Amino acid sequence: MAGLDEGTPLFAQVAERLAAEIADGGLAEGDRVPSTNELAAFYRINPATAAKGINLLADDGLVEKRRGVGMFVADGARQRLLAQRREHFVERYVRPLLTEATRLGIDNGELITAIKECGHEQFSDSRGGAVV
Amino acid sequence: MTSAISVAGLTRRYRDQVALDDVSLEIEAGSITGLLGRNGAGKTTLLRILAGQEFPSSGSVNVLGAPPAENEQVLRRMMFVREDQAYPDIRVGAALRAASWFYPNWDAGLADSLMADFDLRPTKAIKRLSRGMRSALGIVIGLAARAEVTLFDEPYAGLDAVARQVFYDRLLADYAERPRTILLSTHLIDEAAALFETVVVIDRGRVVLEAAADSLRGVATTVSGPVLAVDEFTAGRTVWNRRRLGAQASVVTVGQLDEASRARARSLGLDLVPLTLQQLVVHADGWPAAPEAANLEGVGA
Repeated sequence: MAGLDEGTPLFAQVAERLAAEIADGGLAEGDRVPSTNELAAFYRINPATAAKGINLLADDGLVEKRRGVGMFVADGARQRLLAQRREHFVERYVRPLLTEATRLGIDNGELITAIKECGHEQFSDSRGGAVV
Repeated sequence: MTSAISVAGLTRRYRDQVALDDVSLEIEAGSITGLLGRNGAGKTTLLRILAGQEFPSSGSVNVLGAPPAENEQVLRRMMFVREDQAYPDIRVGAALRAASWFYPNWDAGLADSLMADFDLRPTKAIKRLSRGMRSALGIVIGLAARAEVTLFDEPYAGLDAVARQVFYDRLLADYAERPRTILLSTHLIDEAAALFETVVVIDRGRVVLEAAADSLRGVATTVSGPVLAVDEFTAGRTVWNRRRLGAQASVVTVGQLDEASRARARSLGLDLVPLTLQQLVVHADGWPAAPEAANLEGVGA
């Protein structure tokens, strides 16, 4: 069970990992998706569980079957995944941030300053220049 | 679903002791099933009856469509690897040859590569093998037989964690190549959990849970934090186990938590830790001993 967590069904985690790889471009549109048996061997899970994970993506139209060859990343899959993530951004990242900030008594001004500073460090690390 | 193993109303008594109590069970053909439970729960008795090595006191047992006891047509198509299997005083290679004559699907190439993985030599006398190496031999024979139904009863006594991982990896790889019905009893539940498609939990001779293994992940969660917050969060939920230390409390809740509940727990400052399959089985004690318990909803209510 390589690197998977306890609390979520494994098939959902397999689907999520594949979706993340597609969103990051590691698996490009038109690329072959690892087979059920390859995923089962890699994650050390039951092949039926791995198959269920791939099927979840197929049901969403993110991957599609080519008869006799396997599953491939569908056209437009990456854009759709990125759009979904943007939709969930506030709920998943901003709201927990505000909750914790409230608990610690950090006001909006301090929070915005912290975000700016953090962004400054991150962007100057990765691009060699300040952006924010 | 096509059943490879079908058990109905199975009871096994030894004098005044009931080892299996009205067990009914269907094992889907081509699946890997985990048979879980405490020592003495009845796992070995069930496997021995499935393998035709013991007779039920009452009830019916069908393996591959027929009762297995004294039925060579069925027994040739099934494999039973026991914990601490006894062997005659022969060499490893001779044991493999004997198995190859009996099992029609025997794969000699697979046997050779498994022997190499476990560092087993064919010229070695079985009585000179360590306990772990004898277990490894049982595993080699159990997998290389490629029987349609394979029963493993705690097959790894004396094997270290590395050798057990070899077993799990080879089991999965060969199952992927040749899907077949595999029933594995184990008390090393967490390390084997991801292999299973289905799990059957036995407690005191009764089946207390039969479920898709993946559906049990996250089905129970330990919630801990300040008493008031824990109480607020768990109000109206099914709770298994409540512990308290000063102003801190820890409670096991049953039922999947959705994203909204998780967010609420975070905002209340609570820690959520999902129960592992092993911890779920530990709680089997608290489950009502009735077939309806197969449905986790309402368990412990």
